[in-house]
Amino acid sequence: MVEYLIIPVIKLIVIFSVFLFIAAYTTYMERKVLGHMQMRYGPMRVGFHGLLQPIADGIKNLFKEDLIPENADKTVFVLAPAISITAAVILLAVIPLGPPITIFGRTINLYIANPSIGILFILGFSTLGAYGNILGGWSSGNKYGYMGGLRGSAMIISYEISMAFAVVSIIMITGSFSLVDMVHAQTGLWNVFKQPVAFLVFLISGIAELNRTPFDMPEAESELCCGYNVEYSSMKFALFFLAEYIHMVVFASLVTTLFFGGWHGPAFLPGVVWFFIKVFAVIFLCIWVRATFPRLRYDKVMKLEWKFLLPVALLNILATGMVMAVL
Amino acid sequence: MKETDVIHVSKDRPEKGKYVKPLFRGLSFIFKNFLSKPVTLQYPTEKTQRSQRWRGLHRLKVDEKGELKCVACGLCARICPSVAITIVPYEEEGETRYPKKFVIDELRCIFCGFCQEACPEGAIELTEVYDYVDYNRKDFIFDIEKLKTPERFQFKGK
Repeated sequence: MVEYLIIPVIKLIVIFSVFLFIAAYTTYMERKVLGHMQMRYGPMRVGFHGLLQPIADGIKNLFKEDLIPENADKTVFVLAPAISITAAVILLAVIPLGPPITIFGRTINLYIANPSIGILFILGFSTLGAYGNILGGWSSGNKYGYMGGLRGSAMIISYEISMAFAVVSIIMITGSFSLVDMVHAQTGLWNVFKQPVAFLVFLISGIAELNRTPFDMPEAESELCCGYNVEYSSMKFALFFLAEYIHMVVFASLVTTLFFGGWHGPAFLPGVVWFFIKVFAVIFLCIWVRATFPRLRYDKVMKLEWKFLLPVALLNILATGMVMAVL
Repeated sequence: MKETDVIHVSKDRPEKGKYVKPLFRGLSFIFKNFLSKPVTLQYPTEKTQRSQRWRGLHRLKVDEKGELKCVACGLCARICPSVAITIVPYEEEGETRYPKKFVIDELRCIFCGFCQEACPEGAIELTEVYDYVDYNRKDFIFDIEKLKTPERFQFKGK
């Protein structure tokens, strides 16, 4: 009873709320860091240095008028944000946050589930999240939304491949699909040193998958005036926004798990703290990249994937296989 | 199509692989920006320095005894191109003349500074206060009390 019901429910609630909190404050971090990188302050007025800004934004979004355009396919239009957020939140289930801890004589694993196909689960559901964007763009009856949805589907088709191939080389050296096993395999040397090429490919295609600048094709502000979510308002928009940031947090924790050794680190801090330090470092990297690089042209984005990242990822798998066969 | 009609967009493009170094230079530049101090001014609490010749809200000057320097000659009201100044003079027999009412409609005023130049007593001047805000149009019609200390109407936020 306790083992199968109460502990999982508590874990669900804690992990869900912690990650929602982190996602909300990632928006704050993004605005703040981006501001300082552009020699501005970012939010300053709500609370000390704008610390309550995410809460103020949430309240504002709740009270905004909820519009559904006349041309929209109403069922799909309402369903799209739900798909987006669900697919994003499900990903949190398999991320290992830290080594097992002991509370009241009970050993508790710091993940909700550890399926033997963990990484495939993540790849699958992160792609499902793109359905939210695509359907949202197509159903809103707006040409910009339509273009955003089209581009979103093109991006997901292209960049998912190199991302998966980068993961394949990690799976090869680990010998397991489970994320927990992958972290255990990095006790000595982190994968980023064993597989630097896979790391680069994964990072680039991950940022592209997140639809962030310099690859923000589906929501290019200056071309499509926000793309797929242009017709959304109020809480529906907030859900899209939240899903995007949860995806970002999940991506950061995935990079941490696959390449930066998960919860491993010097022993003076507990594993969970190391995990979150690394996650925020990766998020910082994402924001840094966003602040630096301008958006690529659409055909260049496709060229980068099909002519550069995909062959490199394939060659990397080949090289990994050869090294493994020789050793 | 003639050769001159063709625009070669990619003429100055760097060779293959040459763009990797600039990418990292860009990243380091942005990181330097991140560490440097922002150039933003937090407006209501921090303000830029006004020029000495800035023409803001009017002030009626007072002398050492705390009485208005104004003698209600009416020159400022006369020269005012937007007819923003209304003066009602008061004079007792043998006493100095002073304004009973001195009203400036700050909404009509165009802040040309003619009143300051016309005044023979140097009794009116334009201060550096430029961000007076209020809720009612009535509040922009300044009487003597308001005109004596325009500095307190400087916008400080909240």
